[in-house]
Amino acid sequence: MSAPAAAAPVAPVGRLSATAPGRVVRSRSQRVRRVVLQVVAVLVAVLWVFPIYWMVNSSLQSSADLSGDPHFWPSPAELGNYSRILSDATFWSALRVSATVTVIAVAVALFSAFFAAVALTRFRFRGRTSMVITVLVIQMIPAEALFISQYRMLDSWGLINSVLGLGLLYAGHSVPITIWMLKGFVDGVPADLEEAAMIDGCSRPGAFLRITLPLLAPGLVASGIFALLASWNEYTLALVVMKDNSSATLPLWLARFNVANEATDWGAIMAGSTLVALPVVVVFLIVQGRMAKGLVAGAVKG
Amino acid sequence: MSTVSATTGRRTGRRPQWLTPLLLGLPALAVVLLSQGYPLVRQLVMSFQEFGLRQQFGQPPEFVGLRNYAAVFSDSVFWVVLARSIVFCAVCAALTMLLGVAFAVMMTRLVPAVRVVLQSAMLLAWAIPVLSSLTVWQWLFNTRNGLVNWVLVRSGLDQFDRYAWLLQGTTLLVIAGVIVIWMSVPLVVFMVYASLTQLDPEVLEAAELDGASGWQRFRYVTVPGVAPVLMLVGLLQIIWDIRVFTQISVLQDAGGVAEESNLLGTYVYQIGLGQGNYGMGSAVAMVMLVITLALTAGYVRSLVRQGATA
Repeated sequence: MSAPAAAAPVAPVGRLSATAPGRVVRSRSQRVRRVVLQVVAVLVAVLWVFPIYWMVNSSLQSSADLSGDPHFWPSPAELGNYSRILSDATFWSALRVSATVTVIAVAVALFSAFFAAVALTRFRFRGRTSMVITVLVIQMIPAEALFISQYRMLDSWGLINSVLGLGLLYAGHSVPITIWMLKGFVDGVPADLEEAAMIDGCSRPGAFLRITLPLLAPGLVASGIFALLASWNEYTLALVVMKDNSSATLPLWLARFNVANEATDWGAIMAGSTLVALPVVVVFLIVQGRMAKGLVAGAVKG
Repeated sequence: MSTVSATTGRRTGRRPQWLTPLLLGLPALAVVLLSQGYPLVRQLVMSFQEFGLRQQFGQPPEFVGLRNYAAVFSDSVFWVVLARSIVFCAVCAALTMLLGVAFAVMMTRLVPAVRVVLQSAMLLAWAIPVLSSLTVWQWLFNTRNGLVNWVLVRSGLDQFDRYAWLLQGTTLLVIAGVIVIWMSVPLVVFMVYASLTQLDPEVLEAAELDGASGWQRFRYVTVPGVAPVLMLVGLLQIIWDIRVFTQISVLQDAGGVAEESNLLGTYVYQIGLGQGNYGMGSAVAMVMLVITLALTAGYVRSLVRQGATA
């Protein structure tokens, strides 16, 4: 039943019609297979999105509804769980901590990585290749392999429970990947443009600031958001550094809220999870195309 | 053109060639050295020291040579944890790659509307923060009225009535594995699908005309065509899955058993920060670091090779 048997006798014609947009004429079994494949794909999609659906669905149900047999549709939908979370002071405190840490991390990472990316792309110097490889290797060091001494270091500096301490660690983890992404974007701007501006009388830094920097704005935004998402979602280092509940970041808050309320308030836990996820998912969906491009650009133009 | 290079030549000629890039790179260097370089050195030193509770209360740490490493390597618990981590990593990475590649190949044969549906579902699962997904997966596997137990009991498997998934190491790791695979597959799908669409369709058609079956075309044309991406993504999965921490740690904290479900990351946490044995914790962390770096060497090599051929 395989295709070659039918295609072989009319080889040249088959080849032409196959490359045409209209595609080849299919046999009945092929059509059936094709339909089955579409159905399987939809099932996979449902399976993959189901936990997210279940989170939102549960967040809109009362505790009474959640304690019995499962309801696959929230009827009637109620927002009580959300108002409970939004009137919880610990949620707002965690939101503030997360926002502050993220701003520190993104600002430091973006600023320092930007100049490093320029150094790597616009200058040829000895050890440049080993610099690039070092950046790649540092990027892969897992938080789990260093957190004992990072904890000790921050402890001896009085930076446990401090947004500054955690922000520094997050910035350190984001710098390599940010350099890597920005390098791809700077590579994408031809240096000829700067040289042309220099012929017109610009200094080298002037040419860079006036010509290249504006062209890099999308790259800066994309890599900034990448660092933002990484800091916003991070759990391990937050667990190590932020010991007090009053200094918890959102992921920590969610984990502790869950442990404290398990078996009593799943509706509120799901509402909290949804609230933590919502802004991240929205930002992610807006930038994912550009982010993937940046990663690929950085990865391919080694 | 020649005047331009002459002027730039003179400009850079005034100061040493390496000075400007060094100055530009200095802030990044400082941040990385402060947050990772210094802790790395400190941890290496600490792994050769007796550094427990007494040292935290003022006793100067004492160098004990390789005693921490000897203690780690002669502890059967470490070997169990290491073996468990390797098995967990191998199973998760293999299943992630298998499903990811299968879905990516499937995606090339979907009508546009269905493809968008599948892409959107994958994108959502990829975008959701790990802690949000962890809480909902816990709710799905909840002992008393989680959906999974309800469905299993409804299908006639009465032994799952009020089944406590987190109270056994194996089932806790199964849930963690399911979550890890669920959240890792989308990236594999997107990267492999992207490289599949870059393949020249004429080569596949030529193979078809030459009489190659569907499987042969996949095996001998498609797979070699996307091999660099498969290698890269596969290596990344292994690197990520050998160091998995968040899933295990959160499930343990939510009332799970720790001893039977520890992987390398949570084991380091438990010894070092839980029991305050920094010396021995550092030694295990160094072992973990060496494993990761060995894997990373493969990652870097394939990246560099890719860069060279691109």
